[in-house]
Amino acid sequence: MITSPAHTGRYLAVAAVVVLAAAPFFLAPYATTTLTRMLVFALLAASLDLLVGVTGLPSLGHAAYFGVGAYAAAWFTKNVSATGPLPLLIALAAGGAAAAASGWVAVRTAGVFFLMLTLAIGEIVAQAAETWESVTGGSNGLYGVPATRIADTPLGVAGVYWYVLAAFLLGFLVLWLVSRSPFGAALRGIRDNEPRMRALGYPTRGYKYLAFVLAGAIAGLAGGLLATQQRLVTPADLGFTTAALALLAVIIGGAGSLWGPCLGAALVITVRDVIGPDLGGHGPLLLGLVFILVVYLLPRGAAGLRLPHRPARTRPVDREPEQVGQP
Amino acid sequence: MTAALSCRAVSRNFGALRAVDHVDLAVRPGARHALIGPNGAGKTTLFRLITGLLRVTDGQIELDGRDITRLSEVRRARLGIGQTLQHASLFASMTAAQNVALAVRRHERGVIPVVPVAERAVWTRVEALLAEVGLAGRGAVTAAALSHGERKQLEIALALACRPRLLLMDEPAAGMSTAERVALATLVRSLPESMTVLFVEHDLDLVFDLASDVTVLSLGRVLLSGTPEEVRSSPEVRQAYLGSTRDEPLFLPRAPGDADVSAG
Repeated sequence: MITSPAHTGRYLAVAAVVVLAAAPFFLAPYATTTLTRMLVFALLAASLDLLVGVTGLPSLGHAAYFGVGAYAAAWFTKNVSATGPLPLLIALAAGGAAAAASGWVAVRTAGVFFLMLTLAIGEIVAQAAETWESVTGGSNGLYGVPATRIADTPLGVAGVYWYVLAAFLLGFLVLWLVSRSPFGAALRGIRDNEPRMRALGYPTRGYKYLAFVLAGAIAGLAGGLLATQQRLVTPADLGFTTAALALLAVIIGGAGSLWGPCLGAALVITVRDVIGPDLGGHGPLLLGLVFILVVYLLPRGAAGLRLPHRPARTRPVDREPEQVGQP
Repeated sequence: MTAALSCRAVSRNFGALRAVDHVDLAVRPGARHALIGPNGAGKTTLFRLITGLLRVTDGQIELDGRDITRLSEVRRARLGIGQTLQHASLFASMTAAQNVALAVRRHERGVIPVVPVAERAVWTRVEALLAEVGLAGRGAVTAAALSHGERKQLEIALALACRPRLLLMDEPAAGMSTAERVALATLVRSLPESMTVLFVEHDLDLVFDLASDVTVLSLGRVLLSGTPEEVRSSPEVRQAYLGSTRDEPLFLPRAPGDADVSAG
C-alpha cells in the first residue's frame, strides 16, 4: 500500500511546513501579513472542502460560520480576554454551534435545495451581523479589537503569523485525519452513492450532519484567526462574496484533496489583495477569468484530483413505476 | 416454522396504477426462492417494498416473524436484509476493495470511528469477500474501471459483507457472460444454508437450475407459487409468458451471452 508517491507527499508536506514556519525571517512585514491572510482563508477553504469535495455537499453559506467565529472571537477579545488561544476556542465552539443549529435542517436537503438553503442561512447570518448593533456593531463592525496576547505580551506581525500558522496546521490536521479515517471513507461513500450507503445500513443524514458541524467548527476557527489578524470584523467578512470566494478556492484547487483548496485560497488572495489593487478594482474580473481558465484547462483543479463523482442515478424515484405491458 | 420473509396482501400504487396487487409471499428459511414474471409484473417494485426503498400502500411485511412494514431502509438493512441491485450501484471513485470495506465496517463495527482502529481485520475480511465472489486480485481497481460482470460480482460482495439473513438479488445475471453465469450459480450454491435468498431473474435456465421455490408474478399479482416442476408444467404460466396455450416448449434455451436489457 505504502508507495513512493505517499513518501513524496510526506516530504513535500514537511518541506511546506518548514518554509511556512521560516517565512517571516525573509519576508517584509507586508508580505508576512498577506501570507497570514492566505492561511486564514486556506483554513476556511479546506473546511469547506470537507463538505464539497469529501461529502459532496456544495455549500454557499459556509462564510456564515466563518463570520460567527470571527465575531465571537472579536467580541470575546474585546470584552473578556485577549489571551491566546482562548478567543480561538470560543470561535471554534461558536462556529460549531451555529453549524449544529442550522445544519440540522440543511442536511435534510440535497442538490439545488441544499445550495439554496445554505445560501439563505448565509444571508440570514449576514443580515443579523448588520442589524444586531449592540453586539456586532452593525455595519461598522467590531473594531478596535485588542492584539492577542501570549504570556502577557501582545503579538507583533510575525507573532500573529506564527500563531495563525499553528492554528491552521492544527485545524488542517484534524480535517486531514478525519478525511483519511474510516469515517471519511463513509463520507466519500455518501458523495459517490448515498442511496447505496443507506442500503448498506448507514444512517447517511447523521454522517452528513457530523461533517457539517465539524466543517462549521473549523470555519469558525478560521474566523477567529481572521479576527486575530485583522483586529476588525465587518459584515463584509461573512457575506456571499466570501462564501463564493471560498467555493472558488475549492474548485480552483481541486475538490476533495483538502490541500488543493489551500493552494486555491492562496491564489484567490493573491489576485484579490496583491494584484487586484493594481488593476484599479478589477480584481474580481481577473478572478472570474482565472476561474473560467481553470474549469476549462484543469477540470479536476490544481490538485489534479477528482471532483465529486456523481454516477448516473441508478435507482428511480418513488413515483416511477415499472414498465407495463411488455410481455 | 416461521417464514424467513412473509408478505401479506402487500400492495403498492403509483398514482392510478397498482404495480403490486395483494401479493402474498412466504419464503422458507434457507430457500433459494426465485421471483419470475414478464416485464412490468411488479418484481422490482416488490423488491423495493421489501428493502424499504418504497413504502407499501397496503399490507404487511415480516422478517423472521417481526413486522418490518414501518421500518426505514437503514433499519431493515441492520436487521439483516442485504441486496444487490439490477444495475450495479457502486462507489465509482473508489477501488473494489474500498467499496467492500465500507460494507464490512458498517456491519462489523456499527458506528464508524474517526480513529482507524482494527482496520487490519476489516481488510482481511475484504480480501476474503473479494476472493469469494471471484474478484481476487482485483481489489485495487477502481469500481468505474471494472467490467460489467465484475461490477455485478462486486455488488454481491457488498451484500455478503453485511452477512445478511435474507439476500435479495435483482437480476444478478443480467448482462453476464456464460462463464460469469456459471460462476454466479456456483457462488449462490455455496452460500451458507442459514442465508435465505430471494432473487429475480430472467434467465430461466438459471432459475430452474438454482431455485428451490418459484413464485410467478404477472401484472402485480401472484400467478403461481410452487416448486420449479409445478411452475414449469403450469398452463397459466405459459399463458402469461407467451400469451398462448399451444403445446410448445415454454422455456427455450437462451443463446450464450444473451443479455437481458429490456427490464425496467
